[in-house]
Amino acid sequence: MMKNGSFTTLHNWLISEDFTSSRQARLHKAYVAWLGLLANPLAFTGFLVVLGLIVVAIVAPAITSYSPYDQDLSRALQPLSWQHWFGTDEFGRDVYTRLVYGARTTLYISILVTLIVAPIGFMIGAMSGYLGGWVDVVLMRITDIFLSFPSLVLALAFSASLGPGIENAVIAIALTVWPPIARLARAETLTFRNADFVVAAELQGAGMMRILLRHIVPLCAPSVVVRLTLNMSSIILTAAGLGFLGLGAQPPMPEWGAMAASGRQYLLDAWWLTTIPGIAILIVSLAFNLLGDGLRDILDPRNG
Amino acid sequence: MADLKETILSVENMSVEFPTLSGVVTAVRDVSFNVGREKVGIIGESGSGKSTAGRAIMRLQPPHALVKAKRMQFEDVDLLKASEQQMLSIRGRRIAMILQDPKYSLNPVMTVGEQISETVILHEHVSKKEARSRTLAMLERVNIRDPQRVFDLYPHEVSGGMGQRIMISMMLIASPSLIIADEPTSALDVTVRQQVLSILDELVMERNIGLLFISHDLNLVRSFCDRVIIMYAGQIVETIAAADLDNARHPYTRGLLNALPSLEHPRDRLDVLRRDPAWLENRS
Amino acid sequence: MNSSQATATRVSGSSKKLLSSIRKIATSFAVILTTLFGLLVITFVIGRLVPADPVIAAIGDQADQATYERVYKEMGLDRPLYEQFGTYLVNVVQLDFGQSHITKNTVSSDLARVFPATIELATLATIIGAGLGVPLGVVSAVRKGTWVDHLGRVVGLMGYSTPIFWLGTIVILVFYAKFGLIPGGGRIDIYNEGLVEGPTGSLLLDSVLAGEWEVFLSALHHVIAPALILGYAAMAYLSRMSRSFMLEQLRQEYILTARAKGLGQRAVVWRHAFRNIRVQLLTVVALAYCGLLDGTVLIETVFAWPGLGQYLTSALFFADMNAVLGSVLLIGLISIAINLLSDIVYRFIDPRTR
Repeated sequence: MMKNGSFTTLHNWLISEDFTSSRQARLHKAYVAWLGLLANPLAFTGFLVVLGLIVVAIVAPAITSYSPYDQDLSRALQPLSWQHWFGTDEFGRDVYTRLVYGARTTLYISILVTLIVAPIGFMIGAMSGYLGGWVDVVLMRITDIFLSFPSLVLALAFSASLGPGIENAVIAIALTVWPPIARLARAETLTFRNADFVVAAELQGAGMMRILLRHIVPLCAPSVVVRLTLNMSSIILTAAGLGFLGLGAQPPMPEWGAMAASGRQYLLDAWWLTTIPGIAILIVSLAFNLLGDGLRDILDPRNG
Repeated sequence: MADLKETILSVENMSVEFPTLSGVVTAVRDVSFNVGREKVGIIGESGSGKSTAGRAIMRLQPPHALVKAKRMQFEDVDLLKASEQQMLSIRGRRIAMILQDPKYSLNPVMTVGEQISETVILHEHVSKKEARSRTLAMLERVNIRDPQRVFDLYPHEVSGGMGQRIMISMMLIASPSLIIADEPTSALDVTVRQQVLSILDELVMERNIGLLFISHDLNLVRSFCDRVIIMYAGQIVETIAAADLDNARHPYTRGLLNALPSLEHPRDRLDVLRRDPAWLENRS
Repeated sequence: MNSSQATATRVSGSSKKLLSSIRKIATSFAVILTTLFGLLVITFVIGRLVPADPVIAAIGDQADQATYERVYKEMGLDRPLYEQFGTYLVNVVQLDFGQSHITKNTVSSDLARVFPATIELATLATIIGAGLGVPLGVVSAVRKGTWVDHLGRVVGLMGYSTPIFWLGTIVILVFYAKFGLIPGGGRIDIYNEGLVEGPTGSLLLDSVLAGEWEVFLSALHHVIAPALILGYAAMAYLSRMSRSFMLEQLRQEYILTARAKGLGQRAVVWRHAFRNIRVQLLTVVALAYCGLLDGTVLIETVFAWPGLGQYLTSALFFADMNAVLGSVLLIGLISIAINLLSDIVYRFIDPRTR
């Protein structure tokens, strides 16, 4: 790859292994990871799609000309055309617009779930691994109990009892997603638990929280990040599943799974109502999987 | 007395290369040697290419490695031109390889007896019953008491020394004429090493076959083998009879010898081996 | 060591093994019991979280205050929580899950009716998934880096990322609406319904046992699409896992030994490497089965398959909490049972745990 002028100097500085500061070392690591991502076309595609999703969600009003909520029954169930790129639904709403705004819903759910699950799951797993003993046994039993339910079913059950609505769906999904993160955190913590540097920190008087946050988190971060990225795909699929069953985001809020569900009734006449949202779910889910796979190859070279 | 004149294996200018992202890495460079009905040791440090050379002879090198040679002749077979089909009938039956650590080199989910029998069933097409009796006989031959019981054990249930003797049984049961032993005693306790070595020695002498003994332990090899080949950085730097080792000429060999402590010539300080980059250019 | 000494050591050795086996089984039992208990706690909590008033759900909102209070007491809602939980436990053990206010039957009789259909579908899908996925994964690993490998990985990745309800709908759109190749849903057509009430609960097996070929063909015709779709999802997961297991084995030293013995590729891969992944495969097949239980909820809805999943979703739709909880509990129990089964078989297969 040709880089000229100031790029070359910057590139060389980042690539070199003589570090003069810890900041340079960190930047070097990030840059090397970035180069690795660029070198893997599939993973990079996934990255671009995810980036695209975020951009689309942010600029939604700018790239659509209709409102996702306005109904116009006279224009219901129209096929794909230049005025309506993906046709209209049974209420005359532009499908493309609802798809774009649906990206917001999808992102909202996935990000919220991840924000809840990452710290809580990690804390539970790390504490379990660090403290050991009966704390470990109890916490792991609880984790196993949640793991013994298929995730959609559990999310369904929680969603059903908490009532429909997007926030309840987020809680329900979060309740099914945290166990694998906890398990992973525990496994990673156990690897480092008896390492000399941890013991040294303990001898210096560092308490559990400090050790966990400053020493163990940075070491576990790569595999947890990979796992979270891969999890995004299943979060999106679960959310779509909940939407399909009428839980989660409620009408008139645009959500891809719910759109696919309501499109089923008109399947024979208006195939685009179900097909298009499904394709969107597929693409985004695939993108996260590709990205996660690529990240895993970069950050954790053991799993080839 | 072993008949030294007949050459079993003849290797001329063998090289093994690995293509990597930053160019071609030559693990073995222009190596030539012969093995007759004798014990030949190959000595080298890790990375010297000794194990790679051993595997290349049996065409078991890693998949992307490239083996080139002017000549690689085993008895009546041209190893360079042999098809994979031919190699399958040679491996285990005419050339055998003993690996280093039975903890890893034996299949953990098959009984020991089953693994040994497999060799003889594969090459001699005998019945399972016959294979079992051959296996039991072989186990006794390597000094394993109670072979009936050991037959049904799994690799994790036997000790290191026993595991290596099982490995020897497995590889010698079809009576090969050349054995390549890749660090056969390096993973064993010092007390057990001698037992395994003496069994290997007995079998080689009794069957009048060739042995290529790959190791990093010069002391071990000089007392066990007839001839010694010293490898450094993929090349052979010296080939010498074991009895003549003290008269070795190449500085690397002399360096290795000088680094060995000796009861007869005690010194205050042992020499540290100094590597001369000129050795990388030399051809012996 | 003479023979009587040998026998003596053998006897005490085997009784020690027996003791440790018993200990292991007892520990497993304790683990299962705690998991079950936890399951029940969770379902109980879910049941109590319902913001809707269960009394009103039972008697409607027109009833007067006196009736309300009477039913309130009847349902035990005035008792302290731990007592309610106790009653719940007792009921569950007696397989009393309450009554469904839609079907008017007891939930347990409903469940007994629908659960075989789901088991039939999930089992068939797992067989398809394993039968296709494992060989695909093994071949992918053996031919790592070739087009076979890449194709296998892409197919697998697609299977992971596809929303299964969407795939089902598309299949119905294309193969039923456009080409008329498969039925639009259901488990069997109306002409053959109810003709076979067999012992196993699986229409396919029962009709074969009864010799009713027309029933068999119709049942097959109906099950093929949902089973293939679910099987595809399982295949994606299983091929990925078996590829990864296989790659790990092919790196091991004993593979070199096997080759050095003169064994050909097929023997090396299937007789040596594959034997070492059997146990791990078993675990993931069990996991795949449990994952499929998720998928059946969605697929049964799309294909109108009269199983547990469809029962659950209609119960959700009509806010029939007893039915919802009963189904959820049953699904959880099936998961635990599958894992237990795989654990037991695992003990038999892996010589290292004996």
